[in-house]
Amino acid sequence: MSGAGRFEASDGPEGEEGRGGGVGGEGSSRRGPEGHGASGARRGDGHPGGGSAGDGTGHTPPGAEAPGPDVPPRIPTPRASVEDNGLVLPDLAGLAPAPLDLPHDVLKSLLGAWALAACSAAETAAVEDHLGSCGGCADEARRLREAVGLLHQHESLDLDPGLRARVLESCLERRPPRIPVPEWAAPYDAETARLDALLQDFGDAEWHAPVRLRWFAADTARNRRTTVAGVIAHLLSVDGLIAVALGLEDPLAEVAGKAEQHAAGPAGRTEAYWRTSRFPPTRSVRGPWREQSHSLVRTTSFTGGHAGGLAVSYGDFDLPLHDAMLDRAFECWVHAEDIAEAVDYPYQPPAPRHMNRMIDLAARMLPSVLADRRRRGLAAPGRGRHLGLAGEPGRSLRLEIEGSGGGEWLIPLDSPAARGSADFEVAHVALDGSEFCQLAAGHVSPAEAAAGQAGDREAIRDVLFAVASLSRM
Amino acid sequence: MATKDVPPRGDRKMQQRLARGEAAALGEMYDRFASLVHGLAHRVLGDEKAADTLTREVFAHLWEHPETYDPGKGPLRTWVAGVTHRLAVQRLRDSETAALPEGGGSLADLERKVRRASVAARADYIVHSMPAPLRRALDLAYFQRRDYRQTAVDLGVTEDEARRRLRLGLQLLSTAHDAGTPPGHGGAV
Repeated sequence: MSGAGRFEASDGPEGEEGRGGGVGGEGSSRRGPEGHGASGARRGDGHPGGGSAGDGTGHTPPGAEAPGPDVPPRIPTPRASVEDNGLVLPDLAGLAPAPLDLPHDVLKSLLGAWALAACSAAETAAVEDHLGSCGGCADEARRLREAVGLLHQHESLDLDPGLRARVLESCLERRPPRIPVPEWAAPYDAETARLDALLQDFGDAEWHAPVRLRWFAADTARNRRTTVAGVIAHLLSVDGLIAVALGLEDPLAEVAGKAEQHAAGPAGRTEAYWRTSRFPPTRSVRGPWREQSHSLVRTTSFTGGHAGGLAVSYGDFDLPLHDAMLDRAFECWVHAEDIAEAVDYPYQPPAPRHMNRMIDLAARMLPSVLADRRRRGLAAPGRGRHLGLAGEPGRSLRLEIEGSGGGEWLIPLDSPAARGSADFEVAHVALDGSEFCQLAAGHVSPAEAAAGQAGDREAIRDVLFAVASLSRM
Repeated sequence: MATKDVPPRGDRKMQQRLARGEAAALGEMYDRFASLVHGLAHRVLGDEKAADTLTREVFAHLWEHPETYDPGKGPLRTWVAGVTHRLAVQRLRDSETAALPEGGGSLADLERKVRRASVAARADYIVHSMPAPLRRALDLAYFQRRDYRQTAVDLGVTEDEARRRLRLGLQLLSTAHDAGTPPGHGGAV
């Protein structure tokens, strides 16, 4: 309401003059019309002088309470300052209000607000009156007024997401790194950076936007509701599997305490995090997630080529470190897309060479997933040469992934130990790269995946279901 | 208010990591400073493509010459902003000089333009790095068009304090007019 008062004051003849003179330059031309517009609208709403009348001081002059349709209110506002200073109200029958008689240090303290056109008309008049006689204040006033002209609405320019790769690449060409980021960690580095850039300008509304996580378990579509912040908490918890393997701090230990620290596997850890953190996840989860992702990249750079032996436990299975980093890159991308969809932002697929590595990981995991499904009766029993020696060629499915990042993989069907072989190709599946990734993420069902198929239908079905079963929360 | 001249812990460490050629450190630098660098470059050069190119140059410089950062002189952020500012203004001057018509064209105009861009970029940096309470007060009073009393209410501070913040914020900002890189580090805070 004091806002209304302020603008009403500026509408008065005296105010107009005080303001016009008081806020020259950019400030006044910007504010002037808006101020008048606002007060006009307020006058028209049938509550003239509502702001003044409402503060119950009983000093409201008649003119302000019921101005005629064309008579602007004249009360200098905000009223508080008038009363604080114990001054009598200006004579309404008179002309301009006498400038407030303010002490020098108060006038000086008003210079910033004055330069920003953010004080009352009476104060503006008082400051300007003072500037005529005080050289020091006049100098500062000029300086601050110029500074106002430098204020500039921060445009949130979205950086081209591809710029990071281009910048880093050209740096590394000019000065080759002594400690490079391993090739298998590069997709994780890139994907976490892309997701972090997406989060950059999120406000509370975005952080708490609902997100539905979707995946396949036991050949059934599952989903779980959370928020954008909840997704980041999920990534933090599961990335923590690698942190633990590398001997870094377990993010779960801090939130959940010792009792939950041994929660196994991605879903178990995530649920433990969600369940035991004292509050639902907020934007504050971004820092720890980003810090951990940076330290994973950094630490894997130091383990370098010697990472072969290090296994990351996912609870019911292990992945070698370099595959785990690819897996986490893939998950980061998938969940970044979940987030982008939830807040209606566009999001691009990973760089083709990174996507190729992610698809390659899935293709390499398929034989053992098939074997596992076969043991559980979810896939057709193996045939023919599956008991052959390790490295023997076996019945195979040709997986053809189209688009940039794609390629061809021969998936041995009957044993993880067998070698994929074109000579024993029994089926051929062709999918677009992003469709394959959607399938592997559990976002489309294997029955509905748009796949070109030829050959052994059972083998094709088994492989598509196996791809979907790679997904998890 | 904390003095801004003390480099945050980790700045020296970051310098060491860059110096020993750790690619992961370069990535972290980009993640921390790319929007600052690109924003300043864009403010000086006024062009997206040129800002992209300059961003590449700036990071190449940081990566190739980490030893030119002196942690004793201020935070890493200031150094990054200073390098960006210097390279951006240099590029603007070069491209404007190249665009001068044969024999004609006013060098004074060119200098004015370069100076204007330079001051604008310095101002952006000052706003960007001033203490949050000051920035918030300026934001309310200028962009949200609140008067200082409303600003005080919004910030939950006294009117005296609101006036103080607005004045101090503008005083810091006004140092953008003072020549010299690295961009103003309003000494007052």
